[in-house]
Amino acid sequence: MKWSLILELARALMFARIKQTLVAAIGVTFSITMFVALLGFMNGLNTLLDGLVLNRTPHIRFYNQIKPNPNQPIDLSSEFGTGINVIRSIKPSNSRLAIYNSEPILKTLNEDPRVRGVSAKIASQVFYNVGSIDLTGVVNGIDPEKETELFAFQDYVTVGNPADLLQTNSIILGKGAADRMLADIGDVIQVTTAQGNKAQLKVVGYYQSGLADFDNANSFASINTVQKMMGEPASYLTDIQVKLYDFNQAPEFANEYRDIFEIEADDIQTVNAQFETGSSIRTLISYAVGITLLVVSGFGIYNILNMMIYEKLDTIAILKAIGFNSSDVKRIFITIALSIGFIGGALGLLLGYLSCLGIERIPFETDALPTVKTYPIDFSSKYYFIGGVFSLVTTYLAGFFPARKASSVDPVDIIRGK
Amino acid sequence: MTKTNQPVLEAKNIDKFFYNPIETQVLKNVSFRINRGEFVSVVGKSGCGKSTLLYILSTMDTDYKGELLIDEQIITGKHANYLSRLRNEKIGFVFQFHYLLNEFSVLENVLIPGLKLGKFSREELEHRAMEKLKIFDMQDHALKKANQLSGGQKQRVAIARALINDPLLIMGDEPTGNLDKKNADIVFNIFKELTTEFHQTILIVTHDPEFADGTDRIIEMEDGRVISGQ
Repeated sequence: MKWSLILELARALMFARIKQTLVAAIGVTFSITMFVALLGFMNGLNTLLDGLVLNRTPHIRFYNQIKPNPNQPIDLSSEFGTGINVIRSIKPSNSRLAIYNSEPILKTLNEDPRVRGVSAKIASQVFYNVGSIDLTGVVNGIDPEKETELFAFQDYVTVGNPADLLQTNSIILGKGAADRMLADIGDVIQVTTAQGNKAQLKVVGYYQSGLADFDNANSFASINTVQKMMGEPASYLTDIQVKLYDFNQAPEFANEYRDIFEIEADDIQTVNAQFETGSSIRTLISYAVGITLLVVSGFGIYNILNMMIYEKLDTIAILKAIGFNSSDVKRIFITIALSIGFIGGALGLLLGYLSCLGIERIPFETDALPTVKTYPIDFSSKYYFIGGVFSLVTTYLAGFFPARKASSVDPVDIIRGK
Repeated sequence: MTKTNQPVLEAKNIDKFFYNPIETQVLKNVSFRINRGEFVSVVGKSGCGKSTLLYILSTMDTDYKGELLIDEQIITGKHANYLSRLRNEKIGFVFQFHYLLNEFSVLENVLIPGLKLGKFSREELEHRAMEKLKIFDMQDHALKKANQLSGGQKQRVAIARALINDPLLIMGDEPTGNLDKKNADIVFNIFKELTTEFHQTILIVTHDPEFADGTDRIIEMEDGRVISGQ
């Protein structure tokens, strides 16, 4: 069958009812626009909110936990070996938070092919001395380059530069802590460590994560500075943070090294399970709304095609009389439906993209999200693809039943009825 | 082609029933044949079954008993798509109502069956369509929309459309029924010209005795039977 003829007939029928055709196409355009804008916006927000936590959370965190030794001497005694031993009031024998053998561990992790990067860290409990008042807080000793590379540290440094931490005795203060201490850039503040050492640190920047509690207590300095402040040697590290290439491997990876290093290892899935649930439900809702819109516009197309078929019974009859068979007639009406879907859908994708660009320019400033100035949008081509496919699928289905009806028109009934 | 005894269309013992509201036999044992180059009319009173017969002969109505041969081939019981193709290629229709497609120009209306057949390129078909329109002196209206023509002009275009694929047979159902005397005469003369000059085989159902008298042969029907002319 010649498609050019089918297309020509479909086009003529559409132009004969141009208003209804346009209404149907606008319905598709509107729903695809909304679908793309909604999903782009929703997923932009999802990515932002997830990123808030996931970007700066290591995939695996190794640390030493202070806990009672599970191997008590009584278990080694042959005298008590057969029964169940109950010992009360065991105290942890090891008071060190530092990771033993941190250097070989770092070396091993760096050599693992699954690992994208490793960043060591020291968390040190301190008091910020403000006049006669002491505020509790934590100074994190970090490697600013690694931290920037792996955990987007620079995104959260609102004033100053992470590289400034490489000078000894400098500190990037949490915004909340800085506000409470009235510390400006260039000021020198004093902190007291849990061991009682005092240190003078120069403020070189502010850190603002968006989680107020975190910003009130946490500050950042280089690993050397913190080691010096605490009077510990260069091998003293409390946390080793690992980022993998594929974060789905995290639980397996954590289990593997937990036993080898005899150390605590938390993976991201266990720690942050709730974030994934939240994003997947938000995505589900936006898909549901988008698809509902498309189905509604599908009914519009169905109605318009049905009307067109009633109006064009004569045309269908004569086409059949002059030699068009049922499948030709069906193709004509499916072509009409698909053209409406294609044109409406393509316009919808374009308008959806434009409205995403528009939304992206709307100011959105909040203290909680220092790096975000406008609404976030996800421009992933995935949504455009899904939108395009759905516009064709719904219009095809909407056209299918009217087309089948048109194809079953009996020309004798129509022609004799005149 | 000259008049020969080569049959173009042959009906053998055709019976047709309507079941709604009650079973009625509309055609009773209808048999006849039409040879190449004949100009045949079927006449009879209203309700005698002549239109019903025409739709069976046209292959559009397949619900009948008996046998139908077109171009010496049995077409009874053939698949709908085969029949569509056969109609496209071998039969040209002219109806009482013109049935032109208002969305298209006169030229395109004439072209459509040709494009459907796909035997010639579009340019060639356009040329042929213009030739056909010239026969009826309609070439000046080729680019008008179908609904801008008068009734008689529309019917002439409809005949041109019926001719585009050089059909074996032209069938007409009261082609002059909706026309005034003058236009009816024009249409009749066109048919007459087609059969004398181009030896076109034509079968027309009519109740206009004047029209029928001008044809080569009259098949007369009454109460579902052919009473004369087979």
